[in-house]
Amino acid sequence: MEKRENQIKVSRRNLIKAGSKTLILMSVLPTGMIIGKGKAWAVKAKSLNIDTFATLIQVSRDIYPHDKLEDNFYAKVVEGFDSAAGKSIDDKSLFELGIVGLQQASMGKYNKNYRDIGWEAQRVQLLRGIEKTPFFQRIRGTLITGIYNNQEVWPLFGYEGESAPMGGYLNRGFDDINWL
Amino acid sequence: MANKFDLNDDSVVVVIGSGAGGGTLGSELAMKGVKTVILEAGSRHEIPDFKNDEWGMFGKISWLDKRTTSGDWRIAKDFSGLPTWIVKAVGGSTIHWAGASLRFQKHEFKVKTLYGDIPGANLLDWPLGLKEMEPWYSKAEDRMGVTRTHGIPGLPGSNNFKIMKKGADNLGYKHCHTGRMAINSKPRDGRGSCLQIGFCFQGCKSAAKWSTLYVEIPKGEATGNLEVRPNSHVIRINHDKFGKVSSVLYADKSGKKIKQKARVVCVAGNSIESPRLLLNSNSSKFPDGLANSSGQVGKNYMRHMTGSVYATFDKPVNMHRGTTMAGIITDESKYDTSRGFVGGYEMETLSIGLPFMAAFLDPGAWGREFSSAMDMYNHMAGMWLVGEDMPQESNRISLHPTENDQYGLPIPNVHFDDHPNDIAMRNHGYKQGSALYDSVGAVRTFPTPPYPSTHNLGTNRMSSKARDGVVNKWGQTHDIKNLFISDGSVFTTGAAENPTLTIVSLALRQADRIASEMSKKNI
Repeated sequence: MEKRENQIKVSRRNLIKAGSKTLILMSVLPTGMIIGKGKAWAVKAKSLNIDTFATLIQVSRDIYPHDKLEDNFYAKVVEGFDSAAGKSIDDKSLFELGIVGLQQASMGKYNKNYRDIGWEAQRVQLLRGIEKTPFFQRIRGTLITGIYNNQEVWPLFGYEGESAPMGGYLNRGFDDINWL
Repeated sequence: MANKFDLNDDSVVVVIGSGAGGGTLGSELAMKGVKTVILEAGSRHEIPDFKNDEWGMFGKISWLDKRTTSGDWRIAKDFSGLPTWIVKAVGGSTIHWAGASLRFQKHEFKVKTLYGDIPGANLLDWPLGLKEMEPWYSKAEDRMGVTRTHGIPGLPGSNNFKIMKKGADNLGYKHCHTGRMAINSKPRDGRGSCLQIGFCFQGCKSAAKWSTLYVEIPKGEATGNLEVRPNSHVIRINHDKFGKVSSVLYADKSGKKIKQKARVVCVAGNSIESPRLLLNSNSSKFPDGLANSSGQVGKNYMRHMTGSVYATFDKPVNMHRGTTMAGIITDESKYDTSRGFVGGYEMETLSIGLPFMAAFLDPGAWGREFSSAMDMYNHMAGMWLVGEDMPQESNRISLHPTENDQYGLPIPNVHFDDHPNDIAMRNHGYKQGSALYDSVGAVRTFPTPPYPSTHNLGTNRMSSKARDGVVNKWGQTHDIKNLFISDGSVFTTGAAENPTLTIVSLALRQADRIASEMSKKNI
C-alpha cells in the first residue's frame, strides 16, 4: 500500500489548453521515491533531498515546457543531477542550495513552496530572477541535450532521426508537401 | 598504394591540413608526380563511421581544441569556447560542408575599387580577377560534380525548397533554384546520386557529396606520390639560415614530437590554425612569426555575415527530410547600395535536426516562447543568410597571453566585432526572409543569430603588394618563397558566396604553379 503523502497536483496542461488533457499526478513518497501518473514510471532520489529532486523536475519543465511530454522525460534529466550530486559535493551543494534559494524566494513572494504555485507564469517569474546563476544555467544547459537529444522524445516532435539505414527520404517523402 | 616517405626526405612537399584546400592541393600535386605528405591533425574516419546523429558526430569530428573569444559578436556570449564549427579529421570541413558551390561575381574581386573607403573596413582588391579564375572554377566544378555546371542537372526540390520557391515567387525574386551543389544528382565519378538522407553536416553516408576524404585523397594515394598522416598536429614550421622553410615539427597521437623535412610547405589549417601556426613559428630571424613582415598575419578575420530565418506553418513541412542546402535565392547577392549596405548576401535553404535546433534557434532562450517554437519542429521551414562581411584589421586571431594547449603552445583568441555594414545586411536579410515566409502563410518567424563560424576567411590575405598582405596571387607568402598558404585564410575579401568552390579552385591553380616552379627549380 502506498502512502500518498505530499501528493502534488501540478496543473500545467490546463494553462494553455484548458481542459484538453487530464492533470498529471506526480507522487512524492517519503521513502525517496517519485511515482509518475498511473505508476508508469518511478525515480528514486539517491543523493539529493527528495523535495529538491521533485522541485528540480518542476523547474525543468518550467524552463522548457512541453505539454506533450510526460514528467518522466524531465525526471530522467534530474536523475543525472542526482547522480552528479553523488559524485561531487560541489554539485550537491549547487542543486541543494539552488533549490533552498528558490524556495525562499517563492515563500517570500507567494508564501508557497515553488511546486505549490499554480501558475506557470508566476513560477517563471521566480526563475527569471535566477536565470544568470550557475545553478540555473547548469539545469538549462543540461536540458538542451537531456530533452531534445533524447531519442524517445523525437517522435513526439515529428523528428525522424537517422534515415540512411532506410535509404534516405528519396522515396519516403522528401518532397511530399501538399498544401502549397 | 599510399607510399611512406622518409622523415629526412627533403624533396617532399608537406601540406598541413586535408580539407578543401589541403586535401585538393595534396592530391593534385601527387597526380602531377610531386611527392607529397599531408599532415592532418585529426583522425581518419571513413564513411561507415558516419552516423545520422547530430551531437554524436559533432563530438566525433569537430575541432574542439581550446580557444577563447572576444568582441561584440554574439558567439562570444553564446559559445565563448567554440568560435568555429569546423572539422578536425582527414577531409577537414569537406566532411560536414553542405555542398553549395558558387563562383564569386566579377565585382567581388575588386570591392575596394567598387565600394571605395568604408569607415572601419580594411578593404583591398584581390590581386586576381574572375577572368583569371574562370578556367579553375570550371575545372573545380567538373572535379566536384557541381550541379547546373558541365551539363549536370540540378537536384530535385525538397519540401523546404518548395516553400522557399513559393515565397521567392511571391516576393518577385527571379533567381531561385535548387542550387549549384557538389552533390551528385545522378551517378558520377564512381559515386551514386543523392538519396535525400538529410544529415549533410554529419558526413554523407552515400558519398553523393564531394569530399576530399573519399574523392580526392584516394586518387592522390593511388598514384603512390601521396602519404596522408592522420593524428599529426603540426606545432611549428622551421626555417634554415637563409630564411627558407626546411621542415615541420608535429606531434603524433601519443604526443611524440616528430620532424619531417620538406622542400615546400603549404599551410591549409583553416583561418584560425593557419595564422596561429605562423605566429607560433616565430624565431630570432622572424620575431613576429613567419611571413609576417606586413603585420597582417591573423588580421582581417572574416566569417561571413550570417544568420538564419526559421518559420512555422499550420501544416507539416518536415524540412529535415532531404538535402540540407539544395535551395538558393541569389537576387540579394547583387551590389545595390540602396538597401543601406555594400555587398550582398545569398539566401539558402537550411535545415537542422531537433537536437541542433534546440541549441541554435535562440541560444540561451528558455520558457514557453522558445518551447512552443520547438513544439512546431516538423512544421518548420528554414533558410540561411550568407553574405559578404567587411574585413576589419582589429578582427583577428592572436596568441593567448597565458593559456596554452596540450602541446604547450599558446591557444588562439578569436576577436570579432560586427561592422555596421554586417549588421545592416543581417537585418535586411531577416526582414526579407521573414517576408518570404509570411507570404507563404507563416504563423511565426524566427530571426536566428549566427552559428559558430563555418566560413573562416582572410587571416593570411592575398595582396599584390607585400606590405598589404601575407601571400601573393599564387598563395605564396611574400616573405618566404617556399612557404604557401592554401586555405580560405588567403581570401582578400569574402564575397557573398560559400567559399569552398573558390578554395578548391585556388588549390588546383596553386598545385599547377607549385609543380611548375619546382620543375623550374625556382623553389
